[in-house]
Amino acid sequence: MGEIRLMKGNEALAEAMIRAGCDAYFGYPITPQSEVLEYLSIDATKRTGMVVLQAESEVAAINMIYGAAGCGRRVMTTSSSPGISLMQEGLSYIASAGLPCVVANVNRGGPGLGTIQPSQGDYFQSVKGGGHGDYHLFVLAPSSVQEMVDFVREGFDIAEKYRTPVMILSDGAVGQMMEKVELFDQMPRKTEFPDWATTGRKRGQDRTYITSLFIKPEKMEMINLNLQAKYQAMIENEVRYQSFHLDDCEYIFTGYGLGARICQKAMEMGREKGYKIGLIRPITLFPFPTTIFNEMASKVKGILDVELNAGQMVEDVRLSVEGKTKVDFYGRMGGMIPSPDEILNAFEEKFINGGAK
Amino acid sequence: MSDMNFDRLDIRTDDCMVYEKPLDTLLDVPFHYCPGCAHSTVHKIFMEVCQEMEIQYDIVGVAPVGCSVFAYHYLNVDMQQAAHGRACAVATGIKRVMPDKLVFTYQGDGDLAAIGTAETVHAANRGENFLVIFINNGIYGMTSGQMAPTTLEGMVTTTSPHGRDIATQGYPLKISELLANLPGVAYVTRQTAYNAAGVRKTKKALQKAIEYQKKKLGFCLVEVVTNCPSNLKMTPLESNKFVEEQMLAFYPLGDIKVPGGK
Ligand SMILES: Cc1ncc(C[n+]2csc(CCOP(=O)(O)OP(=O)(O)O)c2C)c(N)n1
Ligand code: SF4
Repeated sequence: MGEIRLMKGNEALAEAMIRAGCDAYFGYPITPQSEVLEYLSIDATKRTGMVVLQAESEVAAINMIYGAAGCGRRVMTTSSSPGISLMQEGLSYIASAGLPCVVANVNRGGPGLGTIQPSQGDYFQSVKGGGHGDYHLFVLAPSSVQEMVDFVREGFDIAEKYRTPVMILSDGAVGQMMEKVELFDQMPRKTEFPDWATTGRKRGQDRTYITSLFIKPEKMEMINLNLQAKYQAMIENEVRYQSFHLDDCEYIFTGYGLGARICQKAMEMGREKGYKIGLIRPITLFPFPTTIFNEMASKVKGILDVELNAGQMVEDVRLSVEGKTKVDFYGRMGGMIPSPDEILNAFEEKFINGGAK
Repeated sequence: MSDMNFDRLDIRTDDCMVYEKPLDTLLDVPFHYCPGCAHSTVHKIFMEVCQEMEIQYDIVGVAPVGCSVFAYHYLNVDMQQAAHGRACAVATGIKRVMPDKLVFTYQGDGDLAAIGTAETVHAANRGENFLVIFINNGIYGMTSGQMAPTTLEGMVTTTSPHGRDIATQGYPLKISELLANLPGVAYVTRQTAYNAAGVRKTKKALQKAIEYQKKKLGFCLVEVVTNCPSNLKMTPLESNKFVEEQMLAFYPLGDIKVPGGK
């Protein structure tokens, strides 16, 4: 059993970063995630020797990440929606150059400067690419403070296994709420670095370099094919989701992160009323748990997707079920959070009171 | 002469030596740079510095976006290619996790003083302990001759076809003087590469900058005022004359800031 503490999501994430043996954090303040940089600034460097640096912008932060990741170090940055937008160019370069890193987005309401309240409006940006070119981030969606801790360590493992940028897509509520967490023990920082890292030319060898520039289309196509093969391997090996009552359900609620948490309550209230509702919570948003939705589609009367946006993940749910069942959507936007009652009402309206057949 | 056997004449002797490549640090591939372009010269002298100071195993460089984007095809030291303008941020990431290695960026004027101004100024202001090699050719080379932040007043480029108009396009930017004002900056010098003396002095400046970095004195910048014959639509010799007569009149050569000095 690891150490148990009552912690705020953002602080738990920062603590996990220190304990995961992270070598460097570069970030820029933005609500609702500034606690990460504040927490690290207290004594992270004293504890493990890790670098903690407040960059002049998110543009600079993500490029510092590029540089440090290119040296084979464990590196991480965090931000919230407008700042994550500024990082998109860098993420595209990082994906292309095959550099491991973890980036957390504590999603707030947009578009524009928007609001500091929680939102899931950045699903498309996180899951479909965000920056230019054909690439994906590996996207993990925590729905609790515990997962803010666990996904940092797991995120680093995935990032290093696939040499890929990993996104922890959380939101203002998970970042700000306090919950009991179990922390893993302090891990040592790395002392050996991979061959591809630019740590200074090795004697008897030519230099190593990191780039995302491949002028010849034949070469650039190869790079793309390699990237796609990597994404295919993630689809085959790394899909994760959580489910409830799939054995007896007639309807499925789905959502990720905070949305799934509220859905779980709505599901329980619905079951008390006699509706056989189950739940699928995608944990990896890319790779998306397509198969379980497709399998369940032929067994249920419908799926209600709930998100804190205008309906983004629902497109992936629809693609997954291939028209085999009705998929409907309920969402709130701009920092508004749907209540379990609201969700249950929406469900009854769309599926029970004449909607289902 | 007539009785000399030319087949067997070997001129590869020390006393015949007029040109030598730093064999361990400059890879044996032809440069893609235009004939007469100073990028090749600056690459070569910096690699001479690396070989002579025996730092090729202890240095990591950052290539910009610009004509020198492929610098890592030539320089036989570990390199990272950065997004346009972000070299100083990338170098910060590298230096912070490997403070005992030497780090440099190699950047054009558009990269360093337009799109990357924020990264440059803040790296300098933090006193990041690395070297910036700043190639100021007064124009955007790679994208074929658009106006740069350092383009001279009245100078014709593809985006200032009537000459740079100060009233609407602003002034040429003396970024080196600007950076020299910052306390984190240890060394700023402006050199050139259009003649032999200039090349020698530039090499000396690069050596000094590496010494200062070894002593952890802070941010060092070596500006090299250079030509871009292709986009100036001049012969290499004409473009060197342009550097000498026009560029240096506005960008005077010499040290702008030295450690412990002015
Ligand atoms: C984000 C972004 N914007 C624009 C470009 C296009 N671009 C490539 S190089 C360059 C200018 C380079 O000029 P400079 O830095 O002066 O270097 P030079 O080519 O003259 O050596 C531009 C605008 C780019 N690659 N990326
Ligand atoms: S375009 Fe100009 S800067 Fe670029 S290689 Fe040619 S001469 Fe050099």
